[in-house]
Amino acid sequence: MDSISMIGLGSIITAGLTIGIGAIGPALGEGRAVAQALSSLAQQPDESNTITRTLFVGLAMIESTAIYCFVVSMILIFANPFWDYIISKAGG
Amino acid sequence: MQLKDITPDQVIFWHKGLVSFNATILFTWIIMIIMVLGAWLITRRITSDAQLSRWQNLMEIIVNGLRDQIREISRQSPGQYLPFVGTLFLFITVSNLLSVVPGYTPPTASLSTTAALAICVFVAVPIYGILKRGVAGYLKQYIRPTILMLPFNIMGEISRTLALAVRLFGNVMSGMKIAAILLAVAPLLFPILMHALGLLTGLIQAYIFAVLAMVYIASAAQARKETEEKHLKETEKKGDKS
Repeated sequence: MDSISMIGLGSIITAGLTIGIGAIGPALGEGRAVAQALSSLAQQPDESNTITRTLFVGLAMIESTAIYCFVVSMILIFANPFWDYIISKAGG
Repeated sequence: MQLKDITPDQVIFWHKGLVSFNATILFTWIIMIIMVLGAWLITRRITSDAQLSRWQNLMEIIVNGLRDQIREISRQSPGQYLPFVGTLFLFITVSNLLSVVPGYTPPTASLSTTAALAICVFVAVPIYGILKRGVAGYLKQYIRPTILMLPFNIMGEISRTLALAVRLFGNVMSGMKIAAILLAVAPLLFPILMHALGLLTGLIQAYIFAVLAMVYIASAAQARKETEEKHLKETEKKGDKS
């Protein structure tokens, strides 16, 4: 296998694995957070403002790990430096 | 912006030497013009009568809401935080919400814009901390609880700045990417739904960026209040004894 197809294959497989595995952890975490927030909303409806705000901020913090994985996989697919290098080598 | 472009930085309109004029700069300037002109037009004819113009009403709602939120989060008077945090929130909100306009790419989908905003927060935290607590008081919180925590505190400061930048960039960029991919796959109604979802995400991300900036600044500026309260309690105790 030549190096162009090696790099292409590696990038695509790694991108898929990154976003696939990286989505598992945040999904579990967000599920727990939302479940906990719902039960505390049911117990203390008066505090719904604070709970909702904290929930949103917390969800965004949890979600950012998934976003990091997404950014890495997008870089691997669309802006891969190794791919650009090998293509410029092969082209010129 | 095509599917392959990962940021609007790659859409270059004009290029000469080291200077290049790309889509990020263009749309940032457009947002600046819209916001400055809008604010100028609204506040030009401001009244305290019972009869408000509807734009002044909108402005008052925005400013009041921002003040209430800042007061709730920081538990301090919002006056000095409002200009900085409010500007961050309004800029990110406008730049995310305008993405319904065809041909527009939000400048927050570029890592350079979000990194610049995060660096603003990174610089503002020590400024507010020093203003509130003095240089020694601010620097002392780095060696709290022990001096062993110094490297971790510094690392935390840097990594949260990075997280702030990448979070906003990733969210806005992913919204645009998904819309572009769906436009290629199922071009009729489905992209509109994702756009609507993108509006919600954009607003929430702007809110979260502002809230996190506020939380960081408040945590740097707050410890003084605790010592003041402790001092107050001690004097109260002394008063009780005497």
